Amino acid sequence: MRTATAGIASFLALGALAFATPASAQGVLNVYCSVQVEWCTLIANEFQKASGIKVSMTQKGSGETIAQLKAEAQNPKGDVWFGGTGDPHLQAAEEGLTEVYKSPKMGELHPWAVKQNTDSGGKTVGIYAGALGFGFNTELLAKKNAKAPACWADLLKPEFKGEIQMANPNSSGTAYVAIATLVQLMGEEKAFEYLKKMHANINAYTRSGTAPMKAVARGETMVSISFVHDGVTEALAGFPVKTATPCEGTGYEIGSMSIVKGARNMANAKKFYDWALTPEAQNLEAQAKQFQVPSNKATPLPPEAPKFADMKLIDYDQAKYGKSAERKRLIARWDNEVGALPKP
Amino acid sequence: MRMPRVPLAWSAAGLLAAVALPWYALQEGLDSGVWLTGLWASEDYASGLGQLIAHGRWWLAPVLLALAASLVVSLLPLERERRGSLLLLASGIGLVLFVAQALGIGLRGWTADWLNVLLGELEARQVGIGAGGALVFIALLSLLSIGLALRGSFGGDAFVAGAVTTVGASIVLFTAWPILRILLQAFQDGDGAFMPALVIDRLAAEKIWSLRCLTGGGRCGVAWNTLFLALGCGAGTTALGLAFALIVTRTSFAYKKTLRVLTVLPIITPPFVIGLALILVFGRSGLVNQFLEWSMGVPSTRWIYGFQGVFLAQLLAFTPVAFLVLIGVVEGVSPTLEEASQTLRADRWATFSTVSLPLMRPGLANAFLVGFIESIADFGNPIVLGGDYGVLSTEIYFAVVGAQLDYGRAAALALLLLVFALGAFFLQRHVVGTRSYATISGKGDSGLPTPLPDRARRAAQWIALPWAGITLLLYGFAFVGGLVKVWGRDYTPTLDHYAKAFAIERSADGLIWSGAAWNSFWTTVKLAAIAAPLTAALGLLAAWLLVRQRFAGRATLEFATMLSFAVPGTVIGVAYVFAFNVPPIEITGTAMIIVLCFIFRNMPVGVRAGMAAMSQIDRSLDEASLTLRGRAPQTLIYVVLPLLRPAIVGALVYGFVRAVTTVSAVVFLVTAEYELATTYIILRVINGDYGLAIAYSCALIVLMLAVILLIQFLVGERRLGRRAPQIQGGRA
Repeated sequence: MRTATAGIASFLALGALAFATPASAQGVLNVYCSVQVEWCTLIANEFQKASGIKVSMTQKGSGETIAQLKAEAQNPKGDVWFGGTGDPHLQAAEEGLTEVYKSPKMGELHPWAVKQNTDSGGKTVGIYAGALGFGFNTELLAKKNAKAPACWADLLKPEFKGEIQMANPNSSGTAYVAIATLVQLMGEEKAFEYLKKMHANINAYTRSGTAPMKAVARGETMVSISFVHDGVTEALAGFPVKTATPCEGTGYEIGSMSIVKGARNMANAKKFYDWALTPEAQNLEAQAKQFQVPSNKATPLPPEAPKFADMKLIDYDQAKYGKSAERKRLIARWDNEVGALPKP
Repeated sequence: MRMPRVPLAWSAAGLLAAVALPWYALQEGLDSGVWLTGLWASEDYASGLGQLIAHGRWWLAPVLLALAASLVVSLLPLERERRGSLLLLASGIGLVLFVAQALGIGLRGWTADWLNVLLGELEARQVGIGAGGALVFIALLSLLSIGLALRGSFGGDAFVAGAVTTVGASIVLFTAWPILRILLQAFQDGDGAFMPALVIDRLAAEKIWSLRCLTGGGRCGVAWNTLFLALGCGAGTTALGLAFALIVTRTSFAYKKTLRVLTVLPIITPPFVIGLALILVFGRSGLVNQFLEWSMGVPSTRWIYGFQGVFLAQLLAFTPVAFLVLIGVVEGVSPTLEEASQTLRADRWATFSTVSLPLMRPGLANAFLVGFIESIADFGNPIVLGGDYGVLSTEIYFAVVGAQLDYGRAAALALLLLVFALGAFFLQRHVVGTRSYATISGKGDSGLPTPLPDRARRAAQWIALPWAGITLLLYGFAFVGGLVKVWGRDYTPTLDHYAKAFAIERSADGLIWSGAAWNSFWTTVKLAAIAAPLTAALGLLAAWLLVRQRFAGRATLEFATMLSFAVPGTVIGVAYVFAFNVPPIEITGTAMIIVLCFIFRNMPVGVRAGMAAMSQIDRSLDEASLTLRGRAPQTLIYVVLPLLRPAIVGALVYGFVRAVTTVSAVVFLVTAEYELATTYIILRVINGDYGLAIAYSCALIVLMLAVILLIQFLVGERRLGRRAPQIQGGRA
């Protein structure tokens, strides 16, 4: 009879674990970080050194982070969300998951970073920007005697048949930026005509936005539609990758930062926010071998980084194309008219 | 009569917890001891009684009264049934009110609007339940099961009653509740309004059900994709698993040991490694393609991406699970029946196909079920190798984290996935049916196992050996990958990756674990070591209840144990955050939520393996023990468990290994403080740092091999009292 206890003992063992909750909230900051892990670690360590605030950093993709913010909305666990492409940040602002804050550093930033702030009603700010373009594997190009693509129009050439990868906009923000760019560049009807024609040259719409560039690096596909700074990282790792930005003009992402609504360490979150906009903090990006354009005008650009001055950038309308409704509509249209086409 | 002692002890323990332990969870943790002085006065640290009297939390009163009533009932001289009924009443009311107050009052007073309307605004707030509250809950639960047993339910056995309530309550709390909570979202729109029609909309989409791939004009829906893959994977892994189990147990194949290790390899491999290795070997720039192009001028193709690649990867990854389920069953088939068949002049093939194989039916059905469900819940392989070939698990993942961010759609798809799992589950029950497959009985010597007929032996070897070859090739590659500078590019040998991950420096103060991987490595080892025994114990306990006990709701319990297995990890992860981020159970950010996730996600395999093994053990053995006045626990410990050693090993190994290798379920649960090896590895892979990822994976493989050997050594082999099988393999 007394063995009834034994069955429940496991329960108790679990109970004991439950109460080993982390220490109290004094002088602490919880950062959700959606950039590469080296960068995240540097940011966390350097801020800790500069401020004496203990930083607890969790690295997650921006999609995963906004999913977590939504799940935790009633009882937020994070204080600041650092990095990751701008759309999820705008969406978080739209859904009231983040807090309005105007940093005194706002005056030192590039106009696109400030515009991100005004577009979101003051709830997010740009910390870096990266342009959309093509990545290509130089060895495969040489083998096929093909010329590297330089314009959107080049991607329709027959020599790229079955050689291009882009992500699926259903799952990837990168692919959505590509579609929104084409729509703004050509007009919606023409853009979808283009996408339908390009479909014949696409070998796969990958689920993740960074996958096409990795496929280029490993020689699994010749050309990708990706953010160009990702190509720099692959090239530095020793892969035969080069990048180009389309001659007709291209769109870009604005990596952003937001403060979580109802953050437990609000004062520290604001301190971090201000610090992350300084040139000292933004220099860490290059140290972590990342090559987006930092948002503070005074931050020096690393020599390897793709320079905005060399590209033809469109006036990307983040406010219009960052809205959930517009995104849903365009993705649905892509799904019906392009994604559903038979494989060539 | 010593009956009253147990309810007395539980009532007293519950009351003690209500008086001397803080009722709510503490920010500082229980081990800090700060609560000791504040049990009465501090609103944060007060015990249940303190909260009730000093801080006006009146809703705790009935819960504490129920415990006091149980104490009185235990002390009064009463008839057995009478005592049972009263205990049942007191603890039942206590439990209902406990749950009601826990769910009804949250961080901001009443949790529902109608409560505000009905009872007026409530000033007070409740945080998560702490040590005191949890212990009171457990005490009430135990009293309830004792009450039931005293009234004659569960054969009047309090152990069985306690086991059923423990297993049942924990599954309700940590599997059913979070999953139902998230599935409810399928019926809600973005703002949480209840719209049942939405689920039909979400499920009827052409993207899910299109069959255009069969007619040649486009892609099939994700539902069909998932189903085709799962059926293929279930059948394939069962066939391969059977082939391996037969080779290992019934032939004189020379390299059995190697083969056994080989079959375990894929299961202890961190995710993505098989996928990446497959790309390196069979991908467009992979060895095979490069060789074909160089030797015969065949242009390289991308055939590995899509159904073929995912199917191959799943076969490699899940055959070992099928093998683990089947090996116990194949070993357990009693030679007596086979000898009888041969005495009746059946040849080896007839014996094999009409006696041995049908006896393995529960094992085969279980292996198929596990393979099927593993496949539909698999996330890592489809995401690496799927290309355009979407399946439900990846679709759900991207509905949650992708550009759509549509929980409703994710929940609807998860619902569909559950329906598939449910279908497989009922099919399996239908196949196994109610026939008896018991062949391990208490009767002495049962002869020698028959060697395989030549046809079966050749078939088994033809299936199994090429598979083993591919596995070896892939692992060779993976291993080399950790030792070269850039995998697939610069093959200069180097130990840099290992140094970066696992460096240990010597300094004046002793050793410094300076490698980047140590932190996540030790966290993983610790949490997996806590989770594995609990997983195995709970799983086998559940299996024993399901196979050996008859009680109301058995089928429901059986299905509930499978629930968390059928739902993809991402859904579980998000469900856990949703369910356990707010009171009453507020455990996000702790190690406990990760351990719980491990346990309830991995338990089903323990249950299946235990059930398959147990249905082979003749009930007369239990009955003999009972006749000799052994009670249920003694029977379980001295008779059933020793015969279950292969299943115990299986469950322990699986519990540990899956805890170490799981990714998608824990992505949302890890924090900076509790980072796990797999999430660390995934980050390296995403970053393109394959060398370090592979070096770390290799280290994990070595760790898991060591742990498996340790478990084998500690649990030992099952001794069936059969003569040593000196099998002559076929003609040898």
